[in-house]
Amino acid sequence: MNGEGVLTGEFFMMGDVACAEGAISAGCRFFAGYPITPATETAERMAERMPQIGGTYVQMEDELASMITVLGASWGGVKAMTATSGPGFSLMMENLGWGIMTETPCVLVNVQRGGPSTGLPTLVGQGDMMQARWGSHGPYEIIALAPSSPQELFDLTIRAFNLSEKYRTPVLVMTDAEVGHMTEKVVIPPPEEIETFPRRKPTVPPHEYLPYKADDDLVPPMANAGEGYRFHITGLTHDERGYPVIDAETQDKLITRLVEKIRKNKDDIIQLEENGLEDAEVVLCSYGISARTALWPVELARREGIKVGTLRLITVWPFPEERIRQLAGRVRAFVVPEINYGQIALEVERCASGQAEVTLVGHAGGDIHEPERVLEAIRRAVR
Amino acid sequence: MSSKQTVNPKLETQNSKPDRHPMDELLREDRLPHIWCSGCGIGVALTCFIKALQKCGLDLDKVVVVSGIGCTGRVAGYVNLDSFHTTHGRAIPFATGLKLANPELKVVVFSGDGDLIAIGGNHLIHAARRNVNMTVICVNNFNYGMTGGQVGPTTPPGAITSTSPYGCFEHPFNLPYLAAASGAVYVARWTTLHVRRLEKSILEALHKRGFSFVEIISPCPTLYGRWNKQRTGLAQMQYYHDQGVIRHGLDPKEADIGLHGEIIEGVFVHIEKPTFLDFCSDALAKSVG
Ligand SMILES: Cc1ncc(C[n+]2csc(CCOP(=O)(O)OP(=O)(O)O)c2C)c(N)n1
Ligand code: SF4
Ligand SMILES: [Mg+2]
Repeated sequence: MNGEGVLTGEFFMMGDVACAEGAISAGCRFFAGYPITPATETAERMAERMPQIGGTYVQMEDELASMITVLGASWGGVKAMTATSGPGFSLMMENLGWGIMTETPCVLVNVQRGGPSTGLPTLVGQGDMMQARWGSHGPYEIIALAPSSPQELFDLTIRAFNLSEKYRTPVLVMTDAEVGHMTEKVVIPPPEEIETFPRRKPTVPPHEYLPYKADDDLVPPMANAGEGYRFHITGLTHDERGYPVIDAETQDKLITRLVEKIRKNKDDIIQLEENGLEDAEVVLCSYGISARTALWPVELARREGIKVGTLRLITVWPFPEERIRQLAGRVRAFVVPEINYGQIALEVERCASGQAEVTLVGHAGGDIHEPERVLEAIRRAVR
Repeated sequence: MSSKQTVNPKLETQNSKPDRHPMDELLREDRLPHIWCSGCGIGVALTCFIKALQKCGLDLDKVVVVSGIGCTGRVAGYVNLDSFHTTHGRAIPFATGLKLANPELKVVVFSGDGDLIAIGGNHLIHAARRNVNMTVICVNNFNYGMTGGQVGPTTPPGAITSTSPYGCFEHPFNLPYLAAASGAVYVARWTTLHVRRLEKSILEALHKRGFSFVEIISPCPTLYGRWNKQRTGLAQMQYYHDQGVIRHGLDPKEADIGLHGEIIEGVFVHIEKPTFLDFCSDALAKSVG
């Protein structure tokens, strides 16, 4: 990967802008989107930057178009992304499913705001976490990352592109209005220090190429349109040739592989940040902005002598089931603050399966948690 | 499945089977027979498209076919080219992504009236407005074939369909008028009876710089025809014969189609104007260098 376009240096940068720069550093050269608060700044940055580095910015007529245009661009051989928020995320769901079914690498950023519906356009929410997991119809696995700072929005956007190419699947960056609109120090490394994952190209001649014959890690190499492979791609259930086959057997084979290619590689995909868990009685488990705002109440609780550690989910999907299970065997409780009425908390509860108590610190959206509420939940957990 | 069933019969079997059909090179033989009913017009539309491809002189490795969902949407699965069967209504924005990502590609959208005009109507008008380089071939059979013959945005007033049992209560879109008003640089309409003219129009559309649109009025005897006194493909072709009128250059505003009424055919728009990519490269050459 050549380093053209990488804006090496130290910046005071908004999260949304850092997201755009992360994409560029990862080799993204195509952005299609539709303006929506609080994700618009990513689009604006891309509109300015793409032309400077030989990329394309196109503003589509809606988010249905944005998502499928990104998928088209990816098959055209270019790393591509879109960025949106709740209402636009809802509109992208069907085509996200097409991307999963056809194994199309791309990145979709959701700068979450308060919902449902138009909700709180300018204010924070984390209410789309289950939509990220299950928002498109049918059984599937998805990869979703949750940054807690502008720097991490930069870093994880790069990682999202790399995972999307490595596992040939759309990857979601589930950030939120607080992180997206926060301005902070962002360090962009020199290009040679940025790892990028190139497209997995076929090594066989066109007449031997089967678009959905997977390698050992369950991921098939990908020819781009116009390279002479003459392939057919469909969102219908298909065989290794990419041809539609409408029966339960083919469905089983295909969907099992699509699910397994993520599940079997979850150790590579899942990233967690842990602090003070060695002797913890309580685990503060969170993600995104809520993991960050929980740091202060955790500190206060420690000063009170409560043994509380933190588990921050940098990768939210696939869910770190094993780690939660291990911890549940030896801690008293999990406290899960999130800006919704219980989404990731449900997953923690599922994995803890009665071995440890799970307390949601919910929030309807529009603001971050008051430290006192989180602190009180930690106190109650050890009472 | 053995890897012998390769996806590109062209490369394997070229010149080796003297009895091959002249179009086999561009069809996926291993996917035949196709799903279309006897008497359906989609096969005729595809034949004209393939003939135009064979004459167009384009590098066929760079020609990509994109379809949405529907009986017509299955075309992508039968052509031996890079081809995409996308989601319902979204063929045009998918094609936009392909074309803008790789301007070397010749992108053809081949889909139905429901797909392109109802659920995908917004994308059609915006792609025409942007003048993105692509050819859109719309098979208009006046109904939603794939789902069992429901009323759609091109169904003539009064026509019976499975969801307009008392006759269609809505005004239909006149597609050439819609495409022209939206900014298409090439707009034509033919029926599947007028195959030579249709083929010529597709060829012109393929060579056009910008957004070209060809409507093909096509029989769906199984559903639309059955309920509207044209029970066979032949009966529908007879209708096209009796009521087809060629009027090149006519203001497409005049090209409405009523139930069993006149079908005005011809090339209505054939103009030049800068494309999306022209604007991009001109403006950027000036401002970014
Ligand atoms: C989002 C969505 N809604 C509905 C459908 C069901 N559906 C499949 S094809 C079709 C209509 C196709 O009509 P048209 O484009 O005219 O194609 P034809 O079958 O007539 O060639 C519909 C409604 C779908 N696949 N996706
Ligand atoms: S249902 Fe109609 S459009 Fe579909 S294949 Fe049959 S005749 Fe053709
Ligand atoms: Mg139709």
